[in-house]
Amino acid sequence: MEGSSSEEGEDVNWTFYRDREEWADLKPVPQDDGPHPVVAIAYSEKFRDVFDYFRGVLKVHELSERALDLTRDAVELNPGNYTVWQYRRQILKHLDKDLKEEMAFVAEMISAFPKNYQVWHHRQVLVSWLNDASDELQLTAKMLALDAKNYHAWQHRQWAIRTFNLFQNELEFIEKLLNDDIRNNSAWNQRYFVINQTTEFAPEVIEKEIAYVLSKIKIATKNESSWNYLRGIVLHSESGLRKPSVIDFCDELYNSGNRSACLLSYLVDAALEQAEYGVVKENSLLSIDKALELCDNLANEFDVCRRGYWNYISGCLRVHMN
Amino acid sequence: MENQQGDSVGCSEVINSDFQLEFMDEEGVPTNTSCEQIKVESLIEKLFYVFLKKAEIDPEAPVLHRDLHLAYLKHSLCYLPHNFACLDASRAWLCYWITHSMELLDFKLPAEDKSHVAQFLAKCQCPDGGFGGGPGQYGHLAPTYAAVNALCTLGTEEAYKVIDRRKLLQFLWSLRKSNGSFELHVGGEIDVRGVYCAVSVARLTNIYSDALFDNSAEWIISCQTYEGGFSGSPGHEAHGGYAFCALAALCLLSKENLCDIKSLLRWTVNRQMRLEGGFQGRTNKLVDGCYSFWQAGAMPMIQGILSKNDESSVMTEIDSWLFNSRALQEYILIYCQSPNGGLIDKPGKTKDLYHTCYTLSGLSIAQNQPSKTTGSIVGSPRNLLKAVHPTFNIELEKLKSASLYFSQLPSDLL
Repeated sequence: MEGSSSEEGEDVNWTFYRDREEWADLKPVPQDDGPHPVVAIAYSEKFRDVFDYFRGVLKVHELSERALDLTRDAVELNPGNYTVWQYRRQILKHLDKDLKEEMAFVAEMISAFPKNYQVWHHRQVLVSWLNDASDELQLTAKMLALDAKNYHAWQHRQWAIRTFNLFQNELEFIEKLLNDDIRNNSAWNQRYFVINQTTEFAPEVIEKEIAYVLSKIKIATKNESSWNYLRGIVLHSESGLRKPSVIDFCDELYNSGNRSACLLSYLVDAALEQAEYGVVKENSLLSIDKALELCDNLANEFDVCRRGYWNYISGCLRVHMN
Repeated sequence: MENQQGDSVGCSEVINSDFQLEFMDEEGVPTNTSCEQIKVESLIEKLFYVFLKKAEIDPEAPVLHRDLHLAYLKHSLCYLPHNFACLDASRAWLCYWITHSMELLDFKLPAEDKSHVAQFLAKCQCPDGGFGGGPGQYGHLAPTYAAVNALCTLGTEEAYKVIDRRKLLQFLWSLRKSNGSFELHVGGEIDVRGVYCAVSVARLTNIYSDALFDNSAEWIISCQTYEGGFSGSPGHEAHGGYAFCALAALCLLSKENLCDIKSLLRWTVNRQMRLEGGFQGRTNKLVDGCYSFWQAGAMPMIQGILSKNDESSVMTEIDSWLFNSRALQEYILIYCQSPNGGLIDKPGKTKDLYHTCYTLSGLSIAQNQPSKTTGSIVGSPRNLLKAVHPTFNIELEKLKSASLYFSQLPSDLL
């Protein structure tokens, strides 16, 4: 963003396109809202001028250096204008521009508008064109340092990792983020993504991941992110939620007096799974009677907000009685 | 914290449970996530006591400020200040957010205004068939969805006739990828919003064909994550907005049985915040009023699917939503109404048209339970909004009229 602009986008040093000699040959095209505009925006004079000339360029399909500069002014005024970005890409291709410069520009735009779809998409197209993702891990790491859950940044990072096979150090990166914030669900999701795309869920991987996530659950037993990850992992094992080592862990936690809604809910689902497989185990933590009691505890004490849901799950459990 | 008037006072959910029990328990491990959560909870707690004072004087509290919201919407329909320039590529959306919100509030837009909105949206329609965010912009699936929904909400023949169905169909074909996904515009990004917007407008305007959506359901299913929700594209994190798009698209494709419905149900109900009553978009994120629709709006579809495959009729016997509809209404009415009209994301944020539309849409879902039991409406009975169809997010009667109109037009256009 060059120059200093006031709130209205007015700029002391700004020269309107209509006053620029080098643009005298191009006919600006005003916006055609029809005779009765609605949702009419009180555009600043600068905004109107830039977009009048952008429409002019678009109309005659001019793919030139000056048009490229104009699109830069336009996306800086409204980075959400996908038409301008798309047209800019057409110009870049047509002029066979040095894309390194464009990469620097879009990195600036990403820093300024980290939650904008268009800037990230533009970045992805450029990386594809260059067939070079060597800066992407660093860029996304920088953006995730500012907001560890930025969806666009994670999307871009996954795309780069998958497309250019950059899995090598990703688990370490995730480990660092989880050490910073054990509740960062995006980081847990990324862990699942990496395992799924690399080693997949071979038995020894399952064991290792279970040990890892259980150690994290011990630290924060009410953290839904780690419980969800646990569920995701055990579903790849033959015994599903009822995996004995996990049930033993839950048993111990429960007997220590822990009543985390995540723990109780895991046990209820494991009991339901057991019932659906037709295995009836009396007097165990996974019996239907125990599960009904847990549902009742959840509905009335530990997860009152979801009472309706727990009553429904109780109904599902009762179907398996007798 | 006496609840003198029973359920009619509202806030019963919070009052009946012990407020303190619902606070975030950091378990001695403070992190960025827990600190942000605690900040929101403290603000909610403060505002809750302010509300209790108000409720002592006004037995009908919390009240939906209909007139204030309508004044905000009417004003926005004519005039938007310069800082809306960042939404210059979303003007078709602005039309939808405003007209849909007005409809929910049961405001009859004068015929002349309806005509003006329809004429403006006609200007947004491109020669290639899609609608752009504003006049002269390229066609894009999101504003195309918004424009079609807005035109159906206007409900006039003039509005219906704006849509060039033949060209719209060509536009949809131009964005389809061989794996069944859709890019948002030519050369644009691909995510689950694309296929939802495409199948929604195709069904509404009666130009749907199986061939256009070959493989789409399978592609959507590949976006369901280990958490149960759906991500924007395969591998990413489950997210309320994308989960809604995925589920609604599956329903519109009649392929809802492909998804793991129990894990989707569990993920969705767990997105409701125990203290705030509103929904978060992702696990361990903050409450946001817009998810009142994206998450709660999924529930009628989820329960519909569960009822269909309900051999033991556990679901069939349930006549209310499986999320806490009173707590959600309380969140919206007590914490999301801006004092001068318009609704917000969460306390401390400023109003905008997007949040106004989606908090009201969510409120409508929460109020309109499968069977109208007494006490399903929090606060004044006059708070009741018109009902929406959750899959399209169009008011029910308006959807019926539009569907009838388009069903009489030929569907085989190519």
